[in-house]
Amino acid sequence: MPAHAHHPVEILRFNTCGSVDDGKSTLIGRLLYDSKNLMEDQLEALERSADITGGGAINLANLTDGLRAEREQGITIDVAYRYFATPRRKFIVADTPGHVQYTRNMVTGASSANLSIVLVDARNGVIEQSRRHTYLAALLGIPHLVIAVNKMDLVEWSEERFLEIRDEIEDFLPRLDVFKDVKFIPISALNGDNVVERSKHTPWYEGPTLLGHLETVHIASDWNLSAFRLPVQWVNRPNNPRDPAWHDFRGLSGQIAGGIVKVGQKVMVLPSGMKSSVKEIWTYDGSPHEAFCPQSVTLVLEHDLDISRGDTIVGHFLKHTTQTVQAIVTDIENRINIATFDPEPEPDELAVNDIGEIRLRSSRPLIFDGYAANRLTGSFILIEQGTNFTVAAGMLNPPTELVKPEYNDFAI
Amino acid sequence: MSSYHLDHLQYLETEAIHVLREVAAEFERPALLFSGGKDSICLLRLAEKAFRPSEIPMPLLNVDTGHHFPELNQFRDRRAWQLGAKLVVRKVEDAIAKGIAVPTPGEVSRNRLQIPTLLAAMEEFRFDCAIGGARRDEEKSRAKERFFSFRDGFGQWDPKNQRPEIWNLYNGRVNPGEHMRVFPLSNWTELDIWEYVKREKLEVPSIYFSHTRKCVRRNGQWLPVTDLLPLKPSDQVKELVVRVRTIGDIISTGMVESRADSVDDIIAEVAAARVTERGSRADDKASEAAMEDRKKAGYF
Repeated sequence: MPAHAHHPVEILRFNTCGSVDDGKSTLIGRLLYDSKNLMEDQLEALERSADITGGGAINLANLTDGLRAEREQGITIDVAYRYFATPRRKFIVADTPGHVQYTRNMVTGASSANLSIVLVDARNGVIEQSRRHTYLAALLGIPHLVIAVNKMDLVEWSEERFLEIRDEIEDFLPRLDVFKDVKFIPISALNGDNVVERSKHTPWYEGPTLLGHLETVHIASDWNLSAFRLPVQWVNRPNNPRDPAWHDFRGLSGQIAGGIVKVGQKVMVLPSGMKSSVKEIWTYDGSPHEAFCPQSVTLVLEHDLDISRGDTIVGHFLKHTTQTVQAIVTDIENRINIATFDPEPEPDELAVNDIGEIRLRSSRPLIFDGYAANRLTGSFILIEQGTNFTVAAGMLNPPTELVKPEYNDFAI
Repeated sequence: MSSYHLDHLQYLETEAIHVLREVAAEFERPALLFSGGKDSICLLRLAEKAFRPSEIPMPLLNVDTGHHFPELNQFRDRRAWQLGAKLVVRKVEDAIAKGIAVPTPGEVSRNRLQIPTLLAAMEEFRFDCAIGGARRDEEKSRAKERFFSFRDGFGQWDPKNQRPEIWNLYNGRVNPGEHMRVFPLSNWTELDIWEYVKREKLEVPSIYFSHTRKCVRRNGQWLPVTDLLPLKPSDQVKELVVRVRTIGDIISTGMVESRADSVDDIIAEVAAARVTERGSRADDKASEAAMEDRKKAGYF
């Protein structure tokens, strides 16, 4: 094999979470530093601020705490994204806040991740925020979980302490039961043990380093390739095209949210239920015979059906895939108690950062999947009218069996 | 068997196309900021991919500081013409003449004055969204920004109160007078950009490639010698073989010594670089929060 031939470089998206001061930002700084992805001018800037405020010691957290308010308070308020690469993979890192009041920002960083790293301070063990973030990772359907037991240097690299924490998490993991894999790694983010370089303090630990795991964990199966879904984003109809050949072109543009589509395949358009078949998969780079999730494509159908991007205005707005509809919350069934994971029935309200089950009614039918089956067609946000704030994010339970396509139909 | 697998550039591409189409579908009057720099060149190709065979459904907008590299403006105009796109240019000089932008005495840089010029252009055309080619890896306050970055009636960014941005659901709703800045290249790195330039065979302005130029040393940087930069008696002018890595104004863009005269050379150089792209921009070095402060005021 020639030297330049290699497996295409994949992207792994991960986030770090855990409580305040568990060392999330330090860990990212360490990953960048030890994998030689930290640049000289960034180091200089760190050293400058160390001289001014830190009494000379470099604070790796300053790398990601990019806002003035964050550096002043020494906390992470909003998610920061960092990028680094090794010869095997490219990484998009979301450094997410630990404070309870910034949970929405943590969810912002975590929602698109392949993998979540939950940091646990070895001295404090499993606390409410560790449970909350593990639960949120499970709730968001993040396929891969790493529990990084940090500050192992402060508990004399005790294997016993590490196993205690592992046992405590393993006790409640089965109740969450969604992860494809879970890894426990003893580390010291501050000193770099088991982050990029193997630690000489943990002869009892035989697993990979954190970076070693990030480079090799199997993510190729994270996308849904089982049932074709294309939420129509934009109807592509050239007005006065320069090339008259496009005069009658009518394409349906969108990002495939699940499955594979092939030319000639029968498709059904929902909610109308109208049927057609795929005439052409149009892309700027030519017309492939098939396309798959998460590609952005434009489909041309055999029949000229009435299809458009959904839109309605009043009430609470619910945005689901590409349509925004009016919706009302008809019922709050329960609120989850993060300490026990028990649902508390019929609360008066769900406040900021609460998690619970609700019932919704929408002004138009939603064509959706259960979140467990498809993260993109099973999720929604609620937008408050007037302020346009995003006030809630939700996952849909699987639809009831009322509508069942009779044969192997595919939905657009 | 075909593998149902996207490499990193294909992944970034499909994400950016999705974002561009959301803008086209959800905003009434979007504009796409196009400077002729490498990032906006990629952005324009992505817009072609998102919207062809239709025309790109938004005009191109550029704020001309009057201190641009001439090669950049020529490239900008030619590219817009090739695409048949409408190009709107608003000049800082005109904004100063109209009193929209007010320089402080002795202020030479046009960097800050771009802000009111851009906001005035947004108002003039009632643009409710401006798509830009900013990337999160450029600078650490940019690393905090959303794909859809909300701006209030004064064009201000409030970093402590950003909208949650979950899954691929972008809340694009704004009230009259407010607008959105949208960054489809958020997750791209400098290296990704050059790899994409190569894959797509995109043309870029000549100043990105190695050439001979007279430069002068200021604040640890080699600045190009032009009429806009008065020389002091103590200045030593040197003729160097240089290129630009990032393009700002001609009076503040540090030239890097380089023999890279092809896209392949640049990719090799960027992959081996030990300083960040914006290490050569004097405007970012003012303080640790220089970019954050400008962005809060409406900077791109």
